[in-house]
Amino acid sequence: MDFFGIPLSALLGQLLLGLVNGSFYAILSLGLAVIFGLLNVINFAHGALFMLGAVLTWMGMNYLELNFWVMIVLAPLAVGVVGIVIERLFLRWIYRLDHLYGLLLTLGLTLMLEGVLRSAYGVSGLPYSAPISGATNLGFMVMPNYRGFVVLASLVVCFATWYVIEKTKLGAYLRAGTENPRLVEAFGINVPLMVTLTYGFGVALAGLAGVLAAPIMQVSPLMGQNLIIIVFAVVVIGGMGSILGTILTGLGLGVVEGLTKVFYPEASSTVVFVIMAIVLLIRPAGLFGKEK
Amino acid sequence: MKHTVKLLTLALGAAGLLTAAHAQDKVRIGFTTDMSSLYSDVDGKNGAMAIQMAIDDFGGKVLGKPIELLSADHQNKADIAASKAREWIDTQGLDVMIGGTNSGTALATAKVAEEKKKLYIVNGAGSSALTNAACSPYTVHYAYDTVALAKGTGTAIVKQGGKDWFFLTADYAFGHALETDTANVVKAAGGTVKGAVRAPLNTSDFSSFLLQAQSSGAKILGLANAGGDTIASIKAASEFGITKTMKLAGLLMFVTDVHSLGLKDTQGMYLTDSWYWDKDDASRAFAKKFFGKAKRMPTSIQAANYSATTTYLKAVTAAKTTDSDKVMAQLKSMKIDDFFGKGNIRPDGRYVHDMYLLEVKKPADSKSPWDYMKVAATLKGEDVFTTKAESKCALWK
Repeated sequence: MDFFGIPLSALLGQLLLGLVNGSFYAILSLGLAVIFGLLNVINFAHGALFMLGAVLTWMGMNYLELNFWVMIVLAPLAVGVVGIVIERLFLRWIYRLDHLYGLLLTLGLTLMLEGVLRSAYGVSGLPYSAPISGATNLGFMVMPNYRGFVVLASLVVCFATWYVIEKTKLGAYLRAGTENPRLVEAFGINVPLMVTLTYGFGVALAGLAGVLAAPIMQVSPLMGQNLIIIVFAVVVIGGMGSILGTILTGLGLGVVEGLTKVFYPEASSTVVFVIMAIVLLIRPAGLFGKEK
Repeated sequence: MKHTVKLLTLALGAAGLLTAAHAQDKVRIGFTTDMSSLYSDVDGKNGAMAIQMAIDDFGGKVLGKPIELLSADHQNKADIAASKAREWIDTQGLDVMIGGTNSGTALATAKVAEEKKKLYIVNGAGSSALTNAACSPYTVHYAYDTVALAKGTGTAIVKQGGKDWFFLTADYAFGHALETDTANVVKAAGGTVKGAVRAPLNTSDFSSFLLQAQSSGAKILGLANAGGDTIASIKAASEFGITKTMKLAGLLMFVTDVHSLGLKDTQGMYLTDSWYWDKDDASRAFAKKFFGKAKRMPTSIQAANYSATTTYLKAVTAAKTTDSDKVMAQLKSMKIDDFFGKGNIRPDGRYVHDMYLLEVKKPADSKSPWDYMKVAATLKGEDVFTTKAESKCALWK
């Protein structure tokens, strides 16, 4: 069976690969959406913290000889701590200012972080091999086992986050804090602490994505740069502040991008932005966002 | 972010205007390359350092004037490269431009240099068009080009029986040139090209393109890309088991790429390069000195930067002037002989020297850090660069 001259089996393979990339978009854009929802900060440092997760994993494995499964826990925690420090030292001073200040501040932090690591390690990347070796023949394609694990892991993480925010009491506090921080504080809830922890959690998600990406992408100080722009587009398309919308958009765009790589490869790096432009024209608040 | 960069560039431009119209009190060498992105390990700031080393070793002065190096990051953008060249020529009294990586930027800079009648010596960029369809009386293509890579690696692999090719191509001037040049070599040697896929520059995930390559049924996967793109595609090929059914041919690879990938994923690969640090005593001596400063071995482009700078300064000394036409006449008439190579610059601007077919060593054969390759064959310059019959350059008719 053929679709536009592409055999069905090849198409299935490409869809699956798109889903792998979509998983990264989903985890990263989820963190961005959570941070934007509660802190109103456009966290440009997200890509750099994603990269930090990957580089820390590499460091842990090479300098301390820890294994990948230890690092998959340690690295996001470490990135989360870095996030908490950033929030306490810098971000808390600018919440009342225009969005632009948060964007510039986090962009500055990104440039510093990337610059320091670039001068230490160069850009070619650090050698790294997959923790789960081998590949499974699915009939229509050979799927490396590790990539399958990435899709499962990211789906679990994304839906757990969605569940916590939308269905639990803690999530209710978070959502209330977004709507009206003063009122929530009047009920005796420590909002500043909640904000700090949310930022820490959001960037820990980025760190986790970095750990997961490390064996797939080349671990290099620049690995977050390209991704972050796409992830911002994902958040814009999905609609700022909608958790489930962000997750679905991330996965969906990964698949769309994958298909573009088959039908018109030259456009694969721009297709996401074309979609973004169209969505903004038709639904300025994004596919799942609510007009304010 | 782009706006910020543009604003800064404008501000720098304005600052440049203030110091405009320098008296010719110095000899100025300009250098733009990728200093921050996927090609920056191949050339980058260490490429600028190699030029500075050459200036220092020359004594820091030529014709009694101090030599100054201006360098900038062109970010792989042709407009930035061209406007930087224009700015330096107009406001700093630039004498010669040395070109770093990226053919798109090189073709744009060559146009500016021709218009302004300034010398442009290209090392990092590979497109053979620089001395063919787009040749200029002011361009010298010094280190390597896509024709030499194609004839080197392409011929070697077809000879070993690799006749069915599929290309994974970087979608811009350099990748297209390398794909076309290699396809010609493959077809001439009796091979066939089963297809090609063009991936955008700086792609992070090549798995989709690799599956397309695999389903073509070709035996050889020609990687018509460079730097970070080559690294990412080789890594994904080994992850997806592509290497079990296809043999990879890295059409432009550097020692830094092998360093980053490790020997396990690259052993046995053939690549063509203009220079390798361990090729002879003179090269090892340069490499040792470079390593002392950079803490990594020089790539062929960085070595070419040193050699080209020295060659230019020697030509200026012999011509007793920095006048572009006179220095170019000197460059094209002199014999070049140093640690980088031996040969001469042809009328079309191509520096013809030997190239090397290198084979990546097995992990067990690597005796020391950076000991990655051995010279499998020395390829005569006349055999691998564009021939007079193939050339469309009007300067060489």
